[in-house]
Amino acid sequence: MKVWQCLVCSFIYDEAKGDPEHGIVPGTKWDDVPFDWSCPDCGVAKADFEMVEVN
Amino acid sequence: MEKRPVVIIGSELAGYTVAREFRRLDAETPVVVLSRDHGGFYSKPMLSNAFAQKKTADSLLMKDAEKMAAEVKIEVRANSLVTAIDPKLKQLTVNGEPFPYGKLVLALGADTIKLPLQGDGADAVLSVNDLDDYRRFRTAIDGKKDIVILGAGLIGCEFANDLVGDGYKVQVIDLAPQLLGRLLPPESAAFIQQKLENEGIVFHLGTTTQKIEKAGERLRLALDNGKVILADVVLSAVGLKPRTSLAAAAGIKTNRGVVVNSFLQTNFEDIYALGDCAEVEGRVLPFVMPIMAAAKALALLLTGKPTAVHYPAMPVAVKTPICPTVVCPPESTADGEWKVEASVDGVKAVFHHTNGQLLGFALMGAAISEKAVLTAQMPALS
Repeated sequence: MKVWQCLVCSFIYDEAKGDPEHGIVPGTKWDDVPFDWSCPDCGVAKADFEMVEVN
Repeated sequence: MEKRPVVIIGSELAGYTVAREFRRLDAETPVVVLSRDHGGFYSKPMLSNAFAQKKTADSLLMKDAEKMAAEVKIEVRANSLVTAIDPKLKQLTVNGEPFPYGKLVLALGADTIKLPLQGDGADAVLSVNDLDDYRRFRTAIDGKKDIVILGAGLIGCEFANDLVGDGYKVQVIDLAPQLLGRLLPPESAAFIQQKLENEGIVFHLGTTTQKIEKAGERLRLALDNGKVILADVVLSAVGLKPRTSLAAAAGIKTNRGVVVNSFLQTNFEDIYALGDCAEVEGRVLPFVMPIMAAAKALALLLTGKPTAVHYPAMPVAVKTPICPTVVCPPESTADGEWKVEASVDGVKAVFHHTNGQLLGFALMGAAISEKAVLTAQMPALS
């Protein structure tokens, strides 16, 4: 499971936790997050994220 | 004749996002981004929470101007200061030279508001509004201890949280009687204040700084309430003022910001504005989410498909890890009242219209888990 960080606002996407509030179940790999998903904090699209660390 | 370029003044999030969105729709028309500084791309919201993450100014710079130009397939001109706009000739003055445009996008940003302070130390007050400011600030606080922040709003609270600990003692001064005055009801403000105080941040509320004088290497602040406090560095974070003078001098209508309609159009046909400089249908919204929404709409307009900007309800995350907070404030004209439910591990505040419609909320701690549910109940702004 990897952890990703939003390029713009520093929101963390943790694959283990997912984003259940927005329909992304825990354990969803970043690759499997749909393209129309955007950062819940600032709204930037999936394409503008960058990986910060691998756990 | 070669097609005149889309020229974007400003290389921060608004400017680059419009360029990127436009390029996705139009691969041909030349695009030029004019930057008055280095033109590199970085995340401005991270400036107020970069210290605890051990990020320096250099590590915050994600892509320099050259890399941005190559990636987005545009031209980026660094150190290019625009001093005049001629809407009739469709021409700018850039570093003293004429520069033609086909369509012009104003992504000018905002200046930090400077309090009218007396004393020979007033000039030493710093503010952080861009990456170069951040670099200066980091250099200034290096090896120092006492930091005073003017302003207990969003940016002031974020900086206070970011700096406390790690050897820094932080004090915050605000004229308002509470933190985050425009965003929170008093009970919520008291909760976050307590959390921040528990970590050692000291607040001086309901008072203002009269005078700042040099005291050797340090600064001495005289407050209205009679207190005198010493600081190594004073950081001002009292708000932003949209940059409008360049536009106003060209006859572009300005009010609080550069006035645009819901299509992001100014009173001139081929001149548009977005981001922190813009007043969209009467609203100045200096946050990331409105910028992303505006950039998408404007990119469509630039390709000849006028599209009104759609603002959904846009909650703002306050980056205070000591007390995680999300706010979706009611508009200042909203008619209704706050209802606050506090528990030991969080505070939920909701603002309802008298007819029952949810118009705003502020969530702290454990209550943040209700963000998505409440956001879904909020009306769109436009």
